[in-house]
Amino acid sequence: MYSKKVMDHFMNPRNVGELKDADGVGTVGNPVCGDLMTMYIKVKDDKLTDIKFKTFGCGAAIATSSMVTEMAKGKTLEEAKKITRQDVADSLDGLPPPKMHCSNLAADALNAAIKDYLSKKKK
Amino acid sequence: MDYAAGSPLDKRVLKEMIPYFAEQFGNPSSPHSFGQMAKNAIEVSRSRIADSINAKDSDDLVFTSGGTESNNLAIRGITTRHKEKGNHIITSAIEHMSVINTCKSLMRQGFEVTFLPVDNHGFVKIEELENSITKKTILITIMYANGEIGTIQPAEEIGKVAQENEIFFHVDAIASAGKIQIDVSENFIDLLSISSNDIYGPKGVGALYINKEARIQPIIYGGGQEKGLRSGSENVPSIVGMGKAMEIAKAELKEEGARLTKFRDKLIDGVTSTIKRTYLNGHPKKRLPNNANIGFDYIEGESLILSLDAIGVQVSSGSACTSKTLEPSHVLRAIGLPHEKAHGSLLFTLGRFSKENDIEIVLSKLPNIVKRLRSMSPLTPKEIPEGVK
Repeated sequence: MYSKKVMDHFMNPRNVGELKDADGVGTVGNPVCGDLMTMYIKVKDDKLTDIKFKTFGCGAAIATSSMVTEMAKGKTLEEAKKITRQDVADSLDGLPPPKMHCSNLAADALNAAIKDYLSKKKK
Repeated sequence: MDYAAGSPLDKRVLKEMIPYFAEQFGNPSSPHSFGQMAKNAIEVSRSRIADSINAKDSDDLVFTSGGTESNNLAIRGITTRHKEKGNHIITSAIEHMSVINTCKSLMRQGFEVTFLPVDNHGFVKIEELENSITKKTILITIMYANGEIGTIQPAEEIGKVAQENEIFFHVDAIASAGKIQIDVSENFIDLLSISSNDIYGPKGVGALYINKEARIQPIIYGGGQEKGLRSGSENVPSIVGMGKAMEIAKAELKEEGARLTKFRDKLIDGVTSTIKRTYLNGHPKKRLPNNANIGFDYIEGESLILSLDAIGVQVSSGSACTSKTLEPSHVLRAIGLPHEKAHGSLLFTLGRFSKENDIEIVLSKLPNIVKRLRSMSPLTPKEIPEGVK
């Protein structure tokens, strides 16, 4: 059902946890649907210096969370914002079709965290 | 530990089936000796099955292509045959989809269906059943036991209510046949569905018991096999296999039931006492001997399945992620679990080849699996509170 890469990111997820002094936090999904993720980001000079996540959900939800943190770390905010759900799925060598919609929320969670950072910065 | 999805074929069953694939290939409808040998084999199988459910006459059994067809034939067959007497069907909210969706399709044809709610353990309440009966009620269809939460319904009481009110009573016994004793005569059952692949028999064969009083209309028409109730050339090897499988299950039922009950309770007690915020779904005692359905707060079922699979333990879940519809189990929702708790359920089903060591592996590995997934979950509180639910 899942690719080897998905299983690797599920069994050995990268960047799990919280950032206590995060510059931006984004949560998407809903436990009612079975998927909920929170992304924490640290930003310096418009670059993502650190990212961590916490996810409640299926194998795909955990693997996409892990993958997006790897893809975005070190990138500028502009570059990170361009990461799409499809990019995340492609980097994992694909996801089963039903999971493309329900559990592939990691890019959205990252975007929500960036949005949170930018709105805090304005103030 | 996923015998609910299908059980392996017992080698004793296979041995009995093999001659009927190539050597004894006769069509039971043929009058010559090859045909008659096949016919005799089918009748032996029919008697074995009748005997195992305490049916008085083996003529009351019809072979089908499996449990789903048996449920379709029973419900559609009895209601369309007797529709002049009424158009109301009573069933429960936790039936198998082959019952629920057959009822729903009949609703589109003018039948009315009451889906009885169940209590927190999954029991149908007799009082609510009685209150839902109308002059138009022609069928009560309620399962013997639920394959997902294991709850065994009070079939005898339901049967009495049906009999007193002169309503036909159909029982889906697919999850319970071969696991607990089923008695169609004592429980006033008019129609009873069973399947072969849940009892270590071959896939693609099932049976429907039809009491003589309960005449039904066929759903498959053709050459008139199975007394006209199920046309189509008989699947002889599989029918032979099903009969043998039922015979073995009956002979070993008591001993096997006791063995699995011990494992089941060891698993349930072990998990719920060592891992905080876990709970049993269904009733602790009135449940199938092979069924343990356990809920885990803060984590999702599919991630538990994948983690257990990695250590060689296969289980199932009521989570939406594991269903075709992307909805959590209708059974868990019906016993009152909110969505997030339904997502976090695991279904362990034990079987003939389960060993005590399998339980010990789960008990030793599961706490760390749960700990790892909870450490990743944003729902897990800093301090996990004591107690359940």
